[in-house]
Amino acid sequence: MKLKDPLPDMQKRSFLKKVLNGTIAGSLYLVYPMNSSGFEWPEQIPGVRDAYDIHARKFAFIVDITRCIGCGSCCVADKQEYNVPDGNYRTWVERYVKGFSDQIYVDCPNGGLDGYQTPRSDIKEEIRDTFFVPKLCNMCKEAPCVQVCPVGATFTTPDGFVLVDEKRCVGCAYCIQACPYSVRFMHPRTRVVEKCTWCYHRIRKGLLPACVDVCPTGARKFGSLQDETSEVYKILKGPGVLTVLRKEMGTWPALYYKGARMEVI
Amino acid sequence: MNTALASTAFASDSIGSATMLLSNYVFPNDLHVHWSMMIVLYPYITGLVDGAFIIAALYYLFGVKSLRPVARFSLLFALAFLCCATLPLLLHLGRPERNFNMLLTPNPSSAMAGFGYIYAVSMGVLGFIILLVYRPVLVELRSTSQGWLKVLYRVITLDSIDVSEKALELDAKIIRFLVAIGIPVAAVLHGYVGFIFGGVKANPTWSTPLMPVIFLFSACVSGISAVILAYIVIRKLADQPIDHGCIITMVKTLTGFFILAFSFEMLEVFSHSYLKSGYHHMVEGLLNGPLASSFWFWQVKIGSVLPLLVLGIMGIFKLRSYLYNFLAAGVSGILLVQVLIMRWNVVIGGQLMSKSARGYTEFHPLWFDKEGIIAVIIVMAIPFAILFVLGKIFPFWAPENK
Repeated sequence: MKLKDPLPDMQKRSFLKKVLNGTIAGSLYLVYPMNSSGFEWPEQIPGVRDAYDIHARKFAFIVDITRCIGCGSCCVADKQEYNVPDGNYRTWVERYVKGFSDQIYVDCPNGGLDGYQTPRSDIKEEIRDTFFVPKLCNMCKEAPCVQVCPVGATFTTPDGFVLVDEKRCVGCAYCIQACPYSVRFMHPRTRVVEKCTWCYHRIRKGLLPACVDVCPTGARKFGSLQDETSEVYKILKGPGVLTVLRKEMGTWPALYYKGARMEVI
Repeated sequence: MNTALASTAFASDSIGSATMLLSNYVFPNDLHVHWSMMIVLYPYITGLVDGAFIIAALYYLFGVKSLRPVARFSLLFALAFLCCATLPLLLHLGRPERNFNMLLTPNPSSAMAGFGYIYAVSMGVLGFIILLVYRPVLVELRSTSQGWLKVLYRVITLDSIDVSEKALELDAKIIRFLVAIGIPVAAVLHGYVGFIFGGVKANPTWSTPLMPVIFLFSACVSGISAVILAYIVIRKLADQPIDHGCIITMVKTLTGFFILAFSFEMLEVFSHSYLKSGYHHMVEGLLNGPLASSFWFWQVKIGSVLPLLVLGIMGIFKLRSYLYNFLAAGVSGILLVQVLIMRWNVVIGGQLMSKSARGYTEFHPLWFDKEGIIAVIIVMAIPFAILFVLGKIFPFWAPENK
C-alpha cells in the first residue's frame, strides 16, 4: 500500500536508506579491479597509441589568427595543466590594434588569462583592424636554446619536441636570452627554466595539447604529419599562405601561423 | 606584472619614424631581467684579470723593462681576481649545486660550456707563472720564516732550494713559455666572455662579431687601470717611492688600449645607426631612451671623452711627476668606472629591450638579494682580501724597489 502523504520521519528514513545504498555501491565500484583501459579518453590524435616510432613521428602546430577571439581559454587551460606561477607564461594571447595612421598598439594584460572582455579605451585614433595572436613555443628545428644550453638540459626529441630536463638544468638562463620568442621563464620555486612543451605528455597518450583541446573556435590546431586526414596536414599541403615568426632568425619553427599580418612579431 | 608598461602607447621623437613599430609592448616573460648585476660583475672581474696579466706579459715576455716594479704585483692582482671569477656565476645560477655538470657533461655546441675549461687552464697557467716568478724569493723566505709559513714555503717551492744561475735560467725560460701560453689563454678567457653575448642572435645589441673585440680591449683598459691605481695607492699608503718611468709606460699602454676600446664601442653604435638593419630602431631607442644617461653621459662623455682628453694632455705635455701620477691615478679610477658602466649597459641594457621589438622593460637593483647591491659589494671586496693574504705570502714589490 502506498501512502499518499507519508509522515516526515518516513521521508527522512527513505532518504537515509538511499544515501547508504549509494555509498556502499559507490565504494564497491571504486574497489572493484578495473581494466586500465576502462576509463581511457578517446584518442584525439589517431594512431599515436599504436606502436610509437619516435624517430618517424612528426607533428605540426598551426595557429589560425583569423579564428582567435581572445577568450583566453587556452591560457587558463595551460595554467591549470602545469600550475604555471603567476607572472610567468608558457603561452599567452596578444591583442593587436592597428590604427589608420599605421601605428600598431599591442597589449597583453595578465598574458590574456582573463580574456579580452573590453576594448582598449586609450587609443585616440580611428581603428583600422584588430586581431589576437596566441603565442607559444615555436619548437624550432634549429633551436637556439638547445644550442646554447651548457649542460644539454634543453634538448630536441627525435620526434621534434624541444624539452627541458628539469633535473639537469642549472638555471643559468642562457636559453632565455637565446630564445627569440621569449617563451621561456625561470620557475620561481624549482629555480630551473620552464617553457611550453606542446603538452608532450598528453600527445604521447594520444591527447591533444590542453590549449588545443579547449579552444572553442579551432584557432589552435595540432596534428600528426603522418596522418593525411589531419587538419594540419591538409592545411600544410594546401595552397593557403602560412608564415612563421621571426623567419630571419633561421630557427625553422614547427609552429605556423595562418592569417598573420606582417606586423606580428 | 607591469601591465601599465605593457599596454601603454609609446612614442618618442628621438627615434623618429621608428615609432611606427613601437607601442611599448613587452613580451610577458621579458618583464624580468634575468641576467642582472652578477653577470655585470663576471666580465668585469675576468677583464681585470686579463688587463693585469697583459702588464706582466709585457715585462716577462716582451721585455718591457720599465714595468719591472709592477710585474710581480700585477700577477698577484690577476690571481686574486681570478680566484673570484666564478663567484658571481655561482650566485647567479638557479641551481648552483649543479655547476659541475658544465664540466662533467658539457654540451659541445654551447659557448658557455667552455668556461670551466678555459677558467681552469687560466688558473693553472697563472698559478705556475707566479710560483716560478717568486721561486727565488720563496726559497729565501723559507730560510728566514718559522712555523706554518715555513711549511707553506716548502710546499709551494716543491721543497727545492736550488737557486743557482742555471736553475734560474731554466725558470726564466719556463716563465716565458708559460706567459706565451698565458696571453692567448687570457685573450680567449675574455674574448670568449664577449662571445657569450655576441653569440645571442635574438638580442640585437649583443649580436655583433665586434662584441668579443670590445670586451677584450675594455678588459685590457680596466686591468691596466686597476694596476696603475693600486700601485699608486698602495705605494703612497706605505710611504714608498713611485717609479715614474713605470707609470709612464703603463699610461701609454693604457692610452693605446683605450683608444682601441672606445673606437670599437663607437663603431658598433655607428654601424647600427648607419646600416639601419633589423631592429636598429630598438637599439637607437634604447640608447636614447632608458640608457640615455648611463650610456651617452656616463659611459661616453664622462667615462670616455674626459679620460681621452686627460690622456692626451698627459701624452702631449711634459708634466711634473707628482701631477702626472695624480692624473694617472684619476684617469685610471674614471676608466675603471667606465668599464663597469659599459658592462652594465651591455648586460642589463641589452635585456631592457623586449624581443617584441616594441618596448623596453625596467631594472631596479635590490639591496638584499643574492644578486643584489650588498652581494656585489661583498664579491668585489673578496679579491682585495685575497690580495691582502697573498701579499703576506708573496711580497708585492721586488726587493731592489724598496
